[in-house]
Amino acid sequence: MRVMGSETEYGIHAPSAPGANATMMSARIIQAYATVTRQRAAGGAETRWDYTDEEPLHDARGWTVDRAAADPSQLTDQPPVLDAEAVALAYGRQELELDGADESGSLLMNMVLGNGARLYVDHAHPEYSSPEVTNPRDAVAWDAAGDLVALATVRKVASDTALPPINLYKNNTDNKSVSYGSHENYLMPRSVPFGDIIRGLTPFFISRQVICGAGRVGIGQDSSTPGYQISQRADFFEAEVGLETTIRRPIINTRDEPHATADKYRRLHVIIGDANLSQASNFLKFGTTAMVLSLIEAGQAPRIEVHEPVQALQAVSHDTTLAVTVRLLDGRRVTALDLQWMYFEAAAKLAQETGVADSVTGDGHTHEVLSHWESTLTTLGTDPDAAASSVEWVAKKSLLEGYRNRDGLAWDDARLGLVDLQWSDIRPEKGLYYRLLSRDRMRRIVDDGDITRAVTEPPSDTRAYFRGRCVSSFGKDVVGASWDSVIFDVPGLGKLQRVPTREPLRGTQALTGALFERHTDAASFLAELLGQAPPPARS
Amino acid sequence: MAAQEQQQPQSRDTETEVDVPEAPPAAPEAQASEATQGVDDLLDEIDGVLESNAEEFVRAFVQKGGQ
Repeated sequence: MRVMGSETEYGIHAPSAPGANATMMSARIIQAYATVTRQRAAGGAETRWDYTDEEPLHDARGWTVDRAAADPSQLTDQPPVLDAEAVALAYGRQELELDGADESGSLLMNMVLGNGARLYVDHAHPEYSSPEVTNPRDAVAWDAAGDLVALATVRKVASDTALPPINLYKNNTDNKSVSYGSHENYLMPRSVPFGDIIRGLTPFFISRQVICGAGRVGIGQDSSTPGYQISQRADFFEAEVGLETTIRRPIINTRDEPHATADKYRRLHVIIGDANLSQASNFLKFGTTAMVLSLIEAGQAPRIEVHEPVQALQAVSHDTTLAVTVRLLDGRRVTALDLQWMYFEAAAKLAQETGVADSVTGDGHTHEVLSHWESTLTTLGTDPDAAASSVEWVAKKSLLEGYRNRDGLAWDDARLGLVDLQWSDIRPEKGLYYRLLSRDRMRRIVDDGDITRAVTEPPSDTRAYFRGRCVSSFGKDVVGASWDSVIFDVPGLGKLQRVPTREPLRGTQALTGALFERHTDAASFLAELLGQAPPPARS
Repeated sequence: MAAQEQQQPQSRDTETEVDVPEAPPAAPEAQASEATQGVDDLLDEIDGVLESNAEEFVRAFVQKGGQ
């Protein structure tokens, strides 16, 4: 359907060690996963990140921000450093026992996983960036696999009784003015003018939250107004278009870092979404957005413009009755559901024209997205509460209303705040989403077995297959990797061999699977891959 | 082959063996009568799962900024 991927920054908290350094705790999480997977033991070292092609200051509108003028948090193209002070402050006066340090004493901050994902410390949160996939069903599977990776890390950390246990939350705010992201990435042709993307996506993003918002207790960045709203993220957006992701957050983010052949592709970096545990909401988030991008590429996006988009975004989020209207520049007033129907109709029409939704000759995904999208909008328009098994903000609201009715709680009662927070605890015995899932109150889009497999196996149909297989098959000879490279250090070769992977749809199982099967050592694998004679065996 | 061996922990001589957890198992077939009784049951179950001191727990959940 389209190359896409997710990024999840987890909320991180050690209840028994308040004030613990978040970066340090995040490094413990990464280290825990390295220990769990034995990648270090098996490979001699984790696979480090290759920063060569990181360009966080390139703006899609055609310029590059000067490093000195950038917010320090924007400099994501250099490895984070944990200095001695941070380490010392991490757990107060507790003595440090850093089994996470390697021989050189540095802490593990970054891993490339056998499923093609990246697991690393981003600012003050552990982040899982999924491997590239080609459809929303796989996006759900490999995003949910990240939650299992996160679960493995907190289990491992909890097994070490010498240090405080760490909880991870798949949410987007601490309700005290701080937000952290869950981003989506979509591959697009470079030829699409960025102005078309801004015009086509903005009304969609203002309204998309009604089908995939995760719900939030509290209104305003600091939650100072009691209430419940549709989106975790809406109150933290302050601009329409911009390069920043940590300050003055824009509805449309212009970071132009393609991680691919730059004159052919752009990677659209979407920062406005909520982290979703609901598979149905996550599926719609990726599926509908991918279809809207196809509308924009075909020049068939609805020609509408919303007056004051940032205020409109927040007005929609603050009205769980879905009745609030936003003003279009042509004078009409429409609801978020109206906007979604406009996009749905246009997407259904385009799919009809191109045949992608055909049950026989179609792409196998568009039909399912259209069907879910239509039924969800219909339900939200007639009986919103009936969408509780699929739409995450409705599911959470239903649980909160249960408490309000039974115990007469006001919206500013701390227990409702706790229900909101604990909804996203990634442990199945503590996370309230998972309690509902175990009662079949939340709809599954992918099989549990597929999610479990996605923890260790890469998608077969993108370059993530090549990356993941290189790490899992030849980990000890892979010294670095990134979205568009794998770097080998093969004994006897005398130099590092960087294999570029700048075409996201190359390096698939179909193209390279047999090659991996034919070779058990990196030297002969590389020799065939690069069409060279293998280096002489060491005597 | 080697790929699988590196992913699946093989050594048995480590004291703390933590496997990659499996996805939470699917619940048994949903009972047809669950709809009405279900809400009370659910809240009772969640009462037992919620962290004990709500006010303190929520207040202590303080994050540093992210993207």
